[in-house]
Formats: sequence, C-alpha cells, structure tokens
Amino acid sequence: MSASALAHHDGPPADYLSDSTVASWLLTTDHKRVGILYMISVTVFFAVGGLIAGLMRLELMTPKGDVLATPDSYNRMFTMHGVIMIFFFLVPAIPSVLGNFLIPLMIGARDLAFPKINLLSWYVYIIGGLMGVWILIFGGIDTGWTFYTPFSTMYSNTMVVTAAVTVFITGFSSILTGLNFVVTVHTMRAPGMTWFRLPLFVWSHYATALIMVLATPVLAISIVLVGLERLFHVGIFDPKLGGDPILFQHLFWFYSHPAVYIMVLPGFAVISEIIPCFARRPIFGYRFIAFASVAIAIFGFLVWGHHMFVSGQSMYAGAVFSILSFLVAIPSAIKVFNWTATLYKGSIKFDTPMLYALGFIGLFTIGGLTGLMLASLAIDVHVHDTYFVVAHFHYIMVGGTTMAYLAGIHFWWPKISGRTYPELWGKLSALLVFVGFNLTFFPQFLLGYLGMPRRYFEYRPEFQVLNVMSTAGASILAVGLIMPLVYLLLSLRQPRNAGPNPWGATGLEWQVESPPTTHNFHEPVLVTCEPYLYSPEEAEREYAHVQHVHSS
Amino acid sequence: MWDFPLFPDQASTNAPKLDALMLFELGVLVFFTMAILLFVLAFCVRYRRGNAADRSHPPTHSKAMEAVWIVIPAILSVVMYAWSTRLFFDLYEAPADATQIDVVGKQWMWYVQHSQGRSETNELHVPLGRPMKLNMTSQDVLHSFYIPAFRIKQDVLPGRYTSLWFEPTKVGVYNLFCAEYCGTNHSLMIGKVHVMEPADYEAWLSEKGVGPSQAEEGGRLFVQHHCAGCHRGSQTVQAPRLEGVYGKPVPIQDGKDVHFVTADDRYIRDSILLPKDQVVAGYEPIMPSFKDQISETDLLKIIAYIKSIANGETSQ
Ligand code: HEM
Ligand SMILES: [Cu+2]
Repeated sequence: MSASALAHHDGPPADYLSDSTVASWLLTTDHKRVGILYMISVTVFFAVGGLIAGLMRLELMTPKGDVLATPDSYNRMFTMHGVIMIFFFLVPAIPSVLGNFLIPLMIGARDLAFPKINLLSWYVYIIGGLMGVWILIFGGIDTGWTFYTPFSTMYSNTMVVTAAVTVFITGFSSILTGLNFVVTVHTMRAPGMTWFRLPLFVWSHYATALIMVLATPVLAISIVLVGLERLFHVGIFDPKLGGDPILFQHLFWFYSHPAVYIMVLPGFAVISEIIPCFARRPIFGYRFIAFASVAIAIFGFLVWGHHMFVSGQSMYAGAVFSILSFLVAIPSAIKVFNWTATLYKGSIKFDTPMLYALGFIGLFTIGGLTGLMLASLAIDVHVHDTYFVVAHFHYIMVGGTTMAYLAGIHFWWPKISGRTYPELWGKLSALLVFVGFNLTFFPQFLLGYLGMPRRYFEYRPEFQVLNVMSTAGASILAVGLIMPLVYLLLSLRQPRNAGPNPWGATGLEWQVESPPTTHNFHEPVLVTCEPYLYSPEEAEREYAHVQHVHSS
Repeated sequence: MWDFPLFPDQASTNAPKLDALMLFELGVLVFFTMAILLFVLAFCVRYRRGNAADRSHPPTHSKAMEAVWIVIPAILSVVMYAWSTRLFFDLYEAPADATQIDVVGKQWMWYVQHSQGRSETNELHVPLGRPMKLNMTSQDVLHSFYIPAFRIKQDVLPGRYTSLWFEPTKVGVYNLFCAEYCGTNHSLMIGKVHVMEPADYEAWLSEKGVGPSQAEEGGRLFVQHHCAGCHRGSQTVQAPRLEGVYGKPVPIQDGKDVHFVTADDRYIRDSILLPKDQVVAGYEPIMPSFKDQISETDLLKIIAYIKSIANGETSQ
C-alpha cells in the first residue's frame, strides 16, 4: 500500500479504487475498501430481506393464509426477514459501511486502529451471512428472530442450532468493529482534534461502539445456551427440567434492547451531519447532542424489561422498567428538538440527502412517541405483540435507520465514488420512500389497536382493509427503495465529476479528493477549529451571486 | 366481509379506562408531532435558500431552550407513567369475590375449565357484570391470552401460573387470540369470548347437566393418585394434612434452617411435581414426584380441591 503510494509520487496519487484486481479487494486492509465490501454485502442482504417482506405482505393481503404460503413457510419467512434485517442489515449498515469509510477521514487518520481486524470483521460477517443463506435455502427456521424458549429449545423442528451459530458468529463481527472504533477514536485523532471538535457522527459511533462491545457478548452467551439446551437438555430454560423460560427473555433483551440503539444511534450520526450542511449553519446544541448519544447508550442498558411487561415478571419490575423507558426517551427528544432548532435562521437547500433527513425526523418522531405508549404499562398490556408493535419498530428501524442510511449514502456517494447522481431521481426516491413507508406502516398502528396479533398468517376478516392498504404501501415503498440502487449504479458509468466537496461541507473528509487517495491525507492534519462552521449569510451571498451570473 | 372498524369494542370495565389514557397519550403525541412538523415546515419555508430573511447571529446553543425541552417532556412523562402504572396495578388485583376459571394453553388451542364443572375449548363463556379471574398455565410453549375488546393480555407459561381478571360490560361475542408466537398454527389458536346475561350463563353452565365441579373432580383425583393415602392422616405414613393449608404460611426445612412460604397455587404445584425441593419442617422427604403423571388440567383440579378445603373442614 505505502509502496504504491510512493511509486505514484510523481503522477497523480492513486485513489483507493484504482487497483481493481479481485485479490486486492479481498485482501485489502484499507478502511474505505472494507466499507465498500460491507456496502455491497449489506445491500444484497437488504434485498433478500426486502423480497421476503414483499412475499409476506402479499400473503397478508387476504385473511386466509392462501396466497402462497403454508403456515410453516410463513413462519420461516418472518423469522428470516427479522434475522436478516436485524443482524445482517440494521446492525452493520451505518457503522460498517459509513462508519468504516468515514471515521478515519473525519478524525484525520490514515486508517482505523486495527486495519486487519477490520477486514477480519467483514469475513466473519460474510461467513455468518452465508450460513444464514444456507439456512434459508435448506429448510429455514421458524422461531422468530427472538428465539424464545422453550419453543426454540424443545419444540421447533427447524434449524435452530445452525441459526444460533450464525447469529453467534455474526455477533463477533459487531464486537470487532466496536473495538476498532473505540480504540481508533481514543488514539488516532489528529493533533487538535479534541473531543469537542469531533464531528457528531464520530460521537454517535463512539457511543454505538461501546454498546457493541458491552452488549453483544450477552447475546452470544444466550444464544450458546439455547444451543446447549437444545442439544443436551441442560435445563436452563425448560421448566420441565427445572429451568426458567423467562430467564432467556432477560438475557435476550439485555442485548437486544441496547441493540436497538446500535441501530438508531448511527442514524442520529448521519442526520447530525446532514442537517447543518444543508441548513448551512452550526448545529444547535452540539454538546447536548454529543452527551445525549452517550446517555442513550447508558440508559439503553437499563430498559430491557419493557419487552416483558406481560411475560409474568413481577409487576414491580414492570413499574421500574417503565419509568426507565420514559427516561431514555428524553435524550432522543433532545436530539429531535436540536435538529429542528438547527433549521432556524439557516439557508436551507433541499437536496436528496436533506429530503431523506427531513423524512427521518418525521418518521423517527412518530416511532419514538409511540414508544412512549408502549412504555406505558397498561397500554402495553393491550398492544404488546400486536401490529402496533410491528408499526412502532418499523417506524424506528426502517423510518429511522433505513432513512438515515439512505440519506448518508446519498450524502457521501460523491465522496465514495467520485460521481454525482441525478438529483431529480434522488428527490423522487426520497418522496416515494416517505409516502410508501407511511402507507405501509401507519395502518398497522390501527390494526394493532384493533387487536391483530403479530406473526399471524391468517387473520379475522375485519382486519382486511387495513392490511390491503399496508400491502399497497409496501409496493410503493419497494419502488422507492429500488430506485437509488439503479441510479447510483448507473452513475458509476459517468466520469468522475463530483469534485472534492460538492456540497460545500465542512469536515475533514471533504478536504481530500473524491474518491480519496489510498492514504487519505497528503500531509499531516492539524485541526484548529470547531466542526460545523457554516455561515448561512455567506451561503445566501454565494447563492445570489450564482443567480446573478446565470441570469446575465 | 368488508366491515371496517377503526376502534375496538369496549366490553370490559378496563376498556374505557385504558382508552381514556390512550387518547390522552395520543393527544400528547399528536401535539408534539404537529409542533415539530410545523416548526420544521415553517423554518423550511422561511429559511429556504434564496428567500430573504434575517439570518444574522444564528444561535448555536441555549441552555434555557434545552432546559425547556427536557423539563416539559419529563413532566408529561411522569403524568403518563403514574396514570398507566395505576391502571396496570389494578389489572393484577382481582376482587376477592371474582369467579375463578382455569385456562390451559397448548399448541394450538385454549382449554377452559369452569369451576362449576363445565369445560370448553377455544370458547370462553362469561356472565355480564361479574368479575372473573383466570388462572392460566401452558402445557408446552409460551402462549399469551389476549382479549382485545377487554384490553387485557397475559402470557401463559409452562411450569407457572399467571392470572388475569376482568369484568365484562357488554353482551356479545369477542375475539380471543394467542398473542405470543407459539409455532406452526399460532394464528389459528384463536377463539371466541361470549359475554352472556347472568341468567343465560347459569343456563349455559348447566346445559349439559351439572357435572362434578372442579374441586369435586380434584377430590376424586386426590384419591386416585393415592395422595389421600398419606395426606388424610393415615397411621402408617406421616405426611402433613392439607385441610386449611391453602393461603397459609408453611414452614420449610432448608438444610438446618426453616423458612416460610405461602401455600399458593405455585407452591402446591411445585410440591406435587418437585416434592424434594420443599420439605415441610418435621417431615421426611419421602413423597414421590408426580412429574409427567398428572396433566396440567388435572393439576388445576387438584389445586381447586385443596383450595376448597382451605377452611379447615375435612371433606370426608
Ligand atoms: C418493504 C418494507 C417492509 C415490509 C413490507 C415489512 C413487513 C413486515 C412484516 C409483515 C413483518 C411481520 C410482522 C409480524 O407478523 O409480526 C415484519 C417483521 C419484521 N420486520 Fe419488516 N418489513 C419491511 C421492511 C423491514 C426493514 C427494512 C426492516 C429492518 C431493516 C425490517 C425489520 C423487521 C423485523 C425485525 C421484523 C420482526 C420479525 C419477527 O416478528 O420476528 N422490516 N416486517
Ligand atoms: Cu399460542
């Protein structure tokens, strides 16, 4: 790597894409290339998970389970949809693609602290992913992505152990990425890049990485226990053997609730970069947003019991978990208010990333506030395990994480690829995703309050109208999601036209070429100022000037 | 077929209370969503690039503002929390005079046993205006007993008893669902709740001729499984008598120590299935385990019998 940089010393420096042999990609330790490897694989998994979602929605168009599935195949579909979307899309998407690519650039480093471990984490992820696909093809698994015992340990006759191994392996990829980020942020910052000069993107990823390192091992342990119980009947979770099925839920949610924040904190990271850039002004309340990330990461560990209000855990435990859940909502609210305040007195331009980001604010707000309803004990008793919950978590995870991921991909695409994409198509996709999303998932809130339980392949006829609406919305959403795939790939055929900084953004990553050279920076970086030094007034002056030149 | 409700029936005393809370929270949600939406829209219009507006000195932070939007949501949260927790606790405090019904969930049906003897599957008949208490357990995996029109739900667990109570307020037929995913036919594990006029309910109960009650059945099983041989004061074997035990503290020998546990459903169940775990102080650990010999439904009957002799009078 350094040799090739030297060899090109006279000519233009090699960018990270220039060596295009397959081996150079598969053996790369360049954080940018690892990011691209992740981008490709995450996209493939998202497509598979999305295809399954489409089949499920087709099935749910009619109340009888007769469109294409038997009960078992439906159960396997929603399990695989959940497993793939959570473990192979939501958890890795933003950190492993954008985080890998951007964190070193943003802090003025050449690479992550452990480049080889970074590549290893991708291989671990791919091995897990291939096993997942293998399960999908050879029989599937029908426990739901939550693997609740004793169904998973005693009653399911599908590939539970293989799935457990898959999730276990994939978890290591997450742990490795988290470790790498924590060490990188601590040790690799350029001179002058103090903690309070870090872009909020880095703050959020730092908080995410802490959760990844601390929570994922618990998932690994619980999933190993499921495997042991299933194979050897050790009697940890099975009441027939003196075990406790609720214990599994405690272990599982002790990971999986913080994991929700592994999914959304990186989303916050992206939005906190995009809003200031397109509003052309410093972010409002930088420190509050930074601390809110850490607060969410900490509180996130304390609320797992809110998944178990009706599980038979003591009602006093329920009361404690409920108040803690209300608490964790507050730092999230801080962020939404701060983003909104950042628009005030800005000079706002509505490019594709900004449209996605604004859509994110709307969807995340609805997702978050319905979370308060679920945190309210008595209401949760009624809507727990119904479509209300399905709607809520899709608002948070698809509306939050997926919108933020798309916003980020559009924002940094010129940096990553060196190309711009057709704005009009980008805006149209943002619009379709937003409309399709709401049409798909809003009816599900009503379905849930009416009482339709989740994981049903057949339902009462009175639920049909809302289900048909939801399926119609899903097809619009699908179109909106496929569009970026097409125009972003097509953009690769045009010459590199993005320039280093097409959005006029601040941030170190915009000071290097697009695409960046292999070694990121030509000379050592020295940071002397705060992030987000945008000026709305200057943006206005430039705009007026451009208008003037155009009209004369 | 295309009937299209937007709001579920309100058929229990709990339902209107819950809906009131829900509407309050919905109000808060709509208010905040609208407020954010309006601010975002207003800023987007007013400060769009090229629109003349005052952009001097954009504020970068404000402790006062941050405090406002921390404190207001915090206060609202406390209100929602207190209100919903109050309702939640009510759900677990069944009135003392509630009529008891036993429910066993299994893949994939609900088995319901009325204390007066009649049993049914995937149907639940209850009288209007009387508090009913369900004692529930599962024969296999986790299930969840859910009646949307009553706004109640409770997971049903193998090896444990959970309970649920409600008071129906509207005659009619309502959905009964299993809400915890339980395998292949989870979505078919559904039933109907029939709320009847009390007179109709009494008629229904005795429709098939009044069979033996839960407790009577339990008494029969008590003899059949040879429990009576030891527990009804036989001369040869020394075992504690069970009259008057239910609901009382029982001294348990734990190594050298003695501690007390309350003889509730769970205690009795454990004593039958895992007798060596809890030996009553002063007795030898000689009782055999009845694990895998007595079904969940029979266990419930035996417990009903032991409950029925709680007042100390022998039934011999
Ligand atoms: C076109 C978009 C999507 C549609 C139509 C869709 C539809 C569905 C449906 C029908 C279910 C089953 C709910 C149930 O029966 O309980 C489901 C579950 C789920 N979905 Fe999606 N989904 C979509 C996108 C996504 C995305 C993008 C993610 C994550 C990135 C996601 C994550 C999940 C998860 C975690 C579950 C839970 C699975 C389970 O119940 O075990 N979905 N989705
Ligand atoms: Cu069930």
